[in-house]
Amino acid sequence: MDLLRFSTAGSVDDGKSTLIGRLLYDTKSIFEDQLEAVEDASTRRGEGYVNLALLTDGLRAEREQDITIDVAYRYFATPKRKFIIADTPGHIQYTRNMVTGASTAELAIILIDARNGVLTQSKRHGFISSLLGIPHILVAINKMDLVDWSEEAFDQIAAEYTEFAEKLGVDDLSFIPISALLGDNVVDSSENMPWYKGSTLLHYLEHVNVGAHRNLVDFRFPVQYVIRPDQDYRGYAGRISSGTIRPGEEIVVLPSRKSTTVASIETFDGALEEATAGDSVSITTTEELDISRGDMIVRPGNLPNADTEIDATICWTSDEPMQPNTQYWLRQTTRETKAFISQIVYKIDVDTLHRDEVSQFELNDIGRVHLTTASPIFFDRYAMNRETGSFILIDPHTQNTVAAGMIRSAVRSVEDLPAAEPETDIRPVSPDVVWEAWNIELAERERRNGHKAAVIWFTGLSGSGKSSIARELERRLWNAGTQTMLLDGDQVRHGLNGDLGFTPEDRTENIRRIGELSSLFFRQGAFVLCTFVSPFQADRERARELLPEGRFVEVFVDTPLEECEKRDVKGLYERARRGEIAHMTGISSPYEVPENPEIRLETVGRGLDEVVAELMVRLRDLGVTA
Amino acid sequence: MVLSHDHVHQLESESIFLMREVAAQFERPVLLFSGGKDSILMVHLARKAFAPARIPFTLVHIDTGHNFPETLEFRDRLVDETGSTLHVGLVQDSIDSGRVKEEEGPNPSRNGLQTVTLLDTLAELKADVARGGGRRDEEKARAKERFFSHRDRFGQWDPKNQRPELWNLFNGRRNPGEHFRAFPLSNWTEMDVWQYIADEEIPMPSLYFSHQRNVVERDGVLLAESEFNQLMPGESWDERTIRFRTIGDATCTGATESTAATLEDIIAEVAAARQTERGGRSDDKRSEAAMEDRKKQGYF
Repeated sequence: MDLLRFSTAGSVDDGKSTLIGRLLYDTKSIFEDQLEAVEDASTRRGEGYVNLALLTDGLRAEREQDITIDVAYRYFATPKRKFIIADTPGHIQYTRNMVTGASTAELAIILIDARNGVLTQSKRHGFISSLLGIPHILVAINKMDLVDWSEEAFDQIAAEYTEFAEKLGVDDLSFIPISALLGDNVVDSSENMPWYKGSTLLHYLEHVNVGAHRNLVDFRFPVQYVIRPDQDYRGYAGRISSGTIRPGEEIVVLPSRKSTTVASIETFDGALEEATAGDSVSITTTEELDISRGDMIVRPGNLPNADTEIDATICWTSDEPMQPNTQYWLRQTTRETKAFISQIVYKIDVDTLHRDEVSQFELNDIGRVHLTTASPIFFDRYAMNRETGSFILIDPHTQNTVAAGMIRSAVRSVEDLPAAEPETDIRPVSPDVVWEAWNIELAERERRNGHKAAVIWFTGLSGSGKSSIARELERRLWNAGTQTMLLDGDQVRHGLNGDLGFTPEDRTENIRRIGELSSLFFRQGAFVLCTFVSPFQADRERARELLPEGRFVEVFVDTPLEECEKRDVKGLYERARRGEIAHMTGISSPYEVPENPEIRLETVGRGLDEVVAELMVRLRDLGVTA
Repeated sequence: MVLSHDHVHQLESESIFLMREVAAQFERPVLLFSGGKDSILMVHLARKAFAPARIPFTLVHIDTGHNFPETLEFRDRLVDETGSTLHVGLVQDSIDSGRVKEEEGPNPSRNGLQTVTLLDTLAELKADVARGGGRRDEEKARAKERFFSHRDRFGQWDPKNQRPELWNLFNGRRNPGEHFRAFPLSNWTEMDVWQYIADEEIPMPSLYFSHQRNVVERDGVLLAESEFNQLMPGESWDERTIRFRTIGDATCTGATESTAATLEDIIAEVAAARQTERGGRSDDKRSEAAMEDRKKQGYF
């Protein structure tokens, strides 16, 4: 018989307690004395019905206030499976409890009241479930009896939730229409909903694939305890986080990086031929090495990340807000080290998924941070490995657990979203060219330069002030020690793009080359300023796509045509009006106004200093300059 | 050989992990041993966790003095076999030294008194963690219990303010004077325990198996004849075929009528049971939140 751990989130109103009560009752997991006690308590409380919530809300405070406060664990079994339910509260003020319950779950049941449809709360539960990496999400659309068992109502909710869940990247999403109160589709199929051909909730729970998300590839063995009964025996005890191991296999010990071979894998009941993820064993080695708790045993060809700079999503679990300069204890696998939060990247509004800038996290806040640890930790991305990708932070004074974290990656670079790496971009390549990774990575360059690399793309009509602004900005950055590069039309038109004219096709090719060029300067670690009319949205977008997200800043210098024509520094407008210049943007060629530029600058009636000062503030706000 | 991954062996692996985690994070751990099946299972899992070394901590028995003789015999034999050390904290000592006062009335229970003896014993041993065999399926307050459960300087549990426990990361950090209770069996149910005992062929005290015994029915609880249980006016001993589902203090542990004489019988009985195993415990029946209240004070 196998074991399925699942979480439920919701409040009494959703029928969560009724559903759990129903599952326990129908699988004969509620005992008569428990039911009697609940009946007595319900009567004493003057309730006209048996309040099944009293089964799960075990604390005096919960019963007094009629709410679920803390995670409660419930157990039931069928002939097929044993189940552990982490029953968690649904309200936003108990987000941390939801996170706790979700951390060990393989499946989440999200309850939706068919009358109310998809509420903010249902989305929040889905978001937290996906954040914690729960592989299966089951949406139980409850109280179908109150919507006349309507297939249409069910379909509509399912469609709406599916659309939302696509944003979350949920692997496996299922919907079941139920009535927890009447039992329809909980254990037995519903006679009221003949249109529903899927499985009942219990059947689904009994048959959903468990353990599929277990990582059986990357062998990770955090040493938990050293067993040393006498001088002759040393067993490194622990539970295998992921992967498999056999005697005779070569291993590497972190952080020492010393290699040796597995002599035996031992248990009280005898030596094993093979041990896999989840097994508690002790490993002996052929050579005596200095191995202790907190070390990690891995295979030589498959090493985890080892770093002191961590990019992670955390949930703040303490009543005390985050303290910026506190050194917390960070516990990850069996390893513990001091750590501080070096940067708050953003906080996520769990209801809207909007990212907010904040200066600290408070209870239940979820968001992204960078951490610096005192000694390296050995980890994998949480998405790849829940065991080695998770950590907690502990307050050194109260000793309380103040945050739960999921590692996204090493900070390696100051890059915001490594997913947008241009290496994977599909671009035309010369024949027989094999892509090689950069020899010196951007992160290294940035570390030496002491600032981020970025491309600031100034677009706007000729004469709008792009060049003046960019030149002044470059001078200020340069004086502050920034590696800068300024590209403008005149330079490239005289060399690299000397073969191009001003037809729409040539303009597109012009911008394509400039985009590639600025991307190369960017890779070199420079702060690149580009000033080009670049009238077409598609061309600007192509230049943007060459760079990681957050590193391309489109600055729309928004000066009206009349003003540009009035300034006419180079006399171009006058010539265009006389018909001497074909394809003059604004006159005889269109300018597509940027739809969503990062920064829009107005120049009319303002001095250069004022405009550049504003620009510098905006760049700092975007996080591209310090 | 490879390890089984069925549900009881997944629970076994989890408990062994917890056993080792306690040994690694604490300096002076003890294991609370009552003589019941859960604490016998704990000793079994501790042996597995640290083999081939001996169990690296003391077993502590908080003794109300109201024992079934079978319990003490079994306890002493197990201590011998495993080569462990045993420390007995006597409730009688707490009474004699005036730390607690025996309940008055016809049915004095020493159950509540154990808390003081327990906390005194932990202080005497300078224990910073006590492993208990408590399971979340036993009782509704226990369903809220953490694996690593913090106790303040007064030994108290604050159920509304527990440390969140995520993944397999257990925070046993503590300030001076604070201690922990650790519950490696949290996720086991009564059924899991018996299935595992049968699977592993773990010897159990005879009290768990069906036998003839003189009992008296009082407030729905079958109390066994012993020097600690006195008849009240109008009562008489009645020989019945019984067994015990839990074993604790003889004055408050009720028997159940049963013919289950083997582990297989017991498993079949547990599967069909319509009463919780603690349904026979008069100590839990004192109020709706009796367990929570006792636990807050420092009870097991």
